[in-house]
Order: sequence, then C-alpha cells, then structure tokens
Amino acid sequence: MALRLHNMIKIKRERVTLSQQNAVEARNAVKAFGQGDNAVRALNDVSIEIRKGEFFTLLGPSGCGKTTLLRLIAGFEMPTSGTILLEGADITYLPPNQRPVNTVFQSYALFPHLTVAQNIGFGLQMQGRPKAEVKATVDRMLALVKLEAMASRKTSQLSGGQQQRVALARALAPSPKVLLLDEPLSALDLKLRREMQGELKRLQTETGITFIFVTHDQEEALTMSDRIGVMSAGKLQQVGTPREIYTRPHNRFVASFIGETNFLPATSDGSTLTLPGGYQIEAPAGTKAGQVTVTVRPEQVKLSPTPEAGTLPATVRGVVYMGTDMNYQLHLADGTEIEACVVSDVTGEAALAAGQTVGVRFTPGAAQVLED
Amino acid sequence: MATKSFSVAKLPGFTATAVIVFVTLYLPILTLVAYSFNASQSVAIWGGFSWDWYVKAWNNDAVKDATVRSLLIAVCAALISTAVATMAALGTTRRKAFKGQTFIYVMINQPLMVPEIVTAVSLLILFGMIKQATGIQGIGYVIFAHAAFCIPFAYLPIRARLEGMDMTLETAAADLYASPWQTFRHVTLPILLPGVIAGAMLAFVISLDDVVITEFVKSGGQDTLPTYMLGQMRRQLTPEINAISSMLLALTIVLLTAFFLLTRKND
Repeated sequence: MALRLHNMIKIKRERVTLSQQNAVEARNAVKAFGQGDNAVRALNDVSIEIRKGEFFTLLGPSGCGKTTLLRLIAGFEMPTSGTILLEGADITYLPPNQRPVNTVFQSYALFPHLTVAQNIGFGLQMQGRPKAEVKATVDRMLALVKLEAMASRKTSQLSGGQQQRVALARALAPSPKVLLLDEPLSALDLKLRREMQGELKRLQTETGITFIFVTHDQEEALTMSDRIGVMSAGKLQQVGTPREIYTRPHNRFVASFIGETNFLPATSDGSTLTLPGGYQIEAPAGTKAGQVTVTVRPEQVKLSPTPEAGTLPATVRGVVYMGTDMNYQLHLADGTEIEACVVSDVTGEAALAAGQTVGVRFTPGAAQVLED
Repeated sequence: MATKSFSVAKLPGFTATAVIVFVTLYLPILTLVAYSFNASQSVAIWGGFSWDWYVKAWNNDAVKDATVRSLLIAVCAALISTAVATMAALGTTRRKAFKGQTFIYVMINQPLMVPEIVTAVSLLILFGMIKQATGIQGIGYVIFAHAAFCIPFAYLPIRARLEGMDMTLETAAADLYASPWQTFRHVTLPILLPGVIAGAMLAFVISLDDVVITEFVKSGGQDTLPTYMLGQMRRQLTPEINAISSMLLALTIVLLTAFFLLTRKND
C-alpha cells in the first residue's frame, strides 16, 4: 500500500517536471462560441506541448482555430473546457495582465497617443518597474529593433515595417516567458515580409524566448519554425519539424495544405504497395493491409522518355515552364492526374512533349501512406 | 462622352442662395453686436458709438448675480452630465451587441426627442413634490435638471470617439500587464479625451443657454442670465441686453476656438 502510494507520488512528480520543461501546454482545450445547437467549436479538443525556447508555428487556413488557441494562451478568452499550462502552472483562468506572456497583434495595436519609446516602455511601466530600469530596457529594445532614431516619434509617423518593429519591441521589453505573434507579417509587402522573417528568427535566437507564431502562410512556417503544428477545423492535424511535416504528412489535409502534392490510390499487403498500372513500391513500415491513399511530392516523381518495365506508364497532358522548374501534367491509365516537377535544363526546353507516353518512377522512400 | 461629376456649386443660383443663407444666419448677430455699442436708449435707432451699455451691464448687480449663477449651473451640469455620458458611452460601446441596445440608445437620447416644455413641466411637478416632502430648497434642483438634459449632448461626441477607437488597444494594454483601471487611465481615457472635452463644452453651452426648463424649475431669486434677460425685456428693451448677449457670444467663440486648437494638437 505504502509502496503504491510512493510510486504514485513519484509518477506525479515526473509528470510535473515534464510539464515544466514545456513553455506552454494545452490539455484537451475546447472553445465553443454560441450556445446549444448553434454552438461552433472553434477549438475541438486540442492538446499540444510547446517546448521552452523553440520557435513554434501554428499553421492553418483562416477559421481553423489557430488564433483562438493563441487567445487562450494570452488570456483574452477562457476555454469552454480544458487546461492551459505555462511552465507547468495552471493559467487557464488567469486574466491577461497577470500572465508573463506578451502578444504582437496582427494590427500592431500601438498606442496612438504615446511615442515609440513610451509604447515600448508601457509593459514595464504597468509592472511598476523603476524609471531607470524602464529607460535602460527601452534603449536596449530600440537598439535591438534598430529604431534608436525614432524614440520620440509618434507611432503614426512610422512606416508599416517600423510599426511592426515597435510592436515587437513593446512585446519583448517585459521579457515574457512566451511571445505570441498573431499573423504579424500579413500586412507587409513581400520584400519587407522576407526581411522581417529573418529579423524575427534573429530576435528569437538572441533573446531565447519561446515564440508561438500564427500564420496561414506555409512558406513562412517552413522557413522560420523549429516545429509546426498544422491545424484544421478546430483540430490539431499534425505536429512536427518542417521536414517531418513536408516529407511525412499524416493525412490528406496536411499533405495538400503544405506544398504541392499528388494523391494516388493503392492496394497494400503490408509490405508492398501496388499502384494503378501494376507499379509496385515498398510500403513504409507499419502500413496496414487493404486500400490506402499514397501521396508523393511532384519533385519526387521521376520521368523516363519511354515506359520501361517496372515503371508506371503515363501520358503527358501538358507542360508548364516555371523558370527554375518544368511542370509536367500526367495522366495515368486509370484516370488519375499527377504532376511531376523537374529542374529546367539550360535551354529551358521541355525534354518531353505533350501526348508522349512516358515511364513514371517515384524516388525510393518518397511515397507516404496517409491515415485517411 | 463621360459625364462631368455632379457639383452642387455649379447649379444656377448657388451663389445667391449661399449669400442669403449666410446673411440670414449672421446679419442678426452682427446687428446685435453693432447695437450693443449704441449710445441711444433704443435697440433700433443708432445714436453713435459708446461703451456705456457694457459698463452698465458690468456694474449691474442683478446681471453679475445671474452670470455667476449661470456659470455655476453650467459648470456643474457639464461636469455631471459628462461623467454620466462617459460611463454610458463606455457601457454601450465597450461590449458585444446586446439585447435592447436600441432601447438603451433611445432612453439616453430621450431628452433630444421629448419637447422641452414637457420636460420642464414634469420637472416642475416632481421637484414641487420633493420640496414639499423634504423641505429642501436651493440651486441643486436647477443643476440637476440641467445635468439631465445635457447628458445626450455630452454622450454623442463621446460615443462617436469611442466607436472610432480600436478595441484591440485595450486588449494590448491588458496583455502588457495593465489592470482594468490602468487600462482606462493610461489608454482609454487619453484617447477618449477630445471626445470628453467636446461633450463637456457642448453640455456647458447648452446649459448656459437654456431658458424654458430653467424658467419652470427655478425658485424666486434664482435667475440665470437668460431668464434675467427675458424678465428685463418684459419691462424695457435697452442695448444693455445687446451688450450682455455680445459678451455671451464672445465667451462661446473663445470656448469653441480653445476646443478647436486643443483637439487639433491632440490628433
């Protein structure tokens, strides 16, 4: 009896230390808007662990619940059920001003009646830090975002990119445990956005603060993140490194939302996948037997000018010149359409013409079997 | 052929209409100011330039008394109505749409719709009952009445300002460790201030100007400047009235200019 109790305490303790390694943790978070039958579940039982010091991106189309999850972590909304933990401590019902978490808003939400320096110092001032400390931190933040010359300007006198930097500096100044970024780059033009992506990554590395970044832009997610959580319809679809998400998507949604991809029906006997036309490839470990859907990225589809033995015969439907790449639209015997992406040669001429019958192979290991 | 954009200014008779409108608006006021410097006893026959009526008005204890009372009432009414209107505006805009919202708007703006004379009579009756029951007299009744009908005038500019304000700013303040009170004190109020000042000034001018409700609610010896002037006119009409009116006009212009400069600086 005593031993069992001892073991239970031990297990509990281990759990606690594990939770403390996570910057933020959501457990079975549900957020419903509306009441009764009209209720919409913006978040439907989401559990996620975000580690200390990582650049974590919540990626998904608009309305997938990513911003709602961010608002639960910030404290702007309370979950209908579930728990939010910050470094192991339950903060589910703590008001936003008592959470050591800061937000960079999509609209920046800079205070129009205050100067750049006053905006940046706002959080520290509200915390009642000494004046000298506020000033020192503000100066350090101004240097960090390279806006020293703008300290006494009103925020309305700044460009979009500069306002973005002020919003970042303001949120970083109180040294939060977690920085939340709600699509902060969506209002910037492409060039500035690229620049800010690098800037954000630099700030994250320099400060070591955990960043939770919300975006619908898959390229942004792939280039900046340590890990990505893909969301759709209020559910977390997959969590992994950009590489894992791109090369090993779990389901159809993740595969199609990130990058271009092909879907093919296949029959599995557990070790071999048979595709239409009798083309056979090795099944990834753990593939169940029966009818499955296989996904292959266009750049992993290799073409040979003639349908040799052991390839999948296909007809070229069209060729699109994309500059760096040549995009072939292919038609399989069973009616499935797939795409192949081949690096352009020096002339930019297509090696294969429309109407030609070609042989298709997939790079070994490139095919991924989807869960649904 | 593309049609030229429609412009009211190009319609025939536009200039003439504009001139008529401006003359109708400002000629009476100009006449009033001009005749305040009239040396003769008449408000209609010019008898040369003089400051006499200003001196007379200035030395008239009844005028002084009424002016002080008018200013006291207007300041109190403006302060009370602005405070109430600010709370009402915060209550009606700082939240999601709620049931009966339109009803609340109508209730707040009610004094704008109800004929003033109805408000005046009902206040007279109500205050009469209270005075009889409690025996309490004083200027408080007039102040209360003024504050009540000034609320919608103060409410409108404050609400307009609040509706134009991004609510994310308050969320951002809360995110940056500001308590609800700090958020109001450091973010909402400073941004709202031009609206609050506009509301207070509008309430002040409306109160300063009121005749009907004051006439009904005031007790003996509680004349405000407008009711004093009305009383004077029943007896004799002298340019002293013009002089007092001109000074009121000057005060209004000073207030409006101050407000204009103040809000321009803030934006």
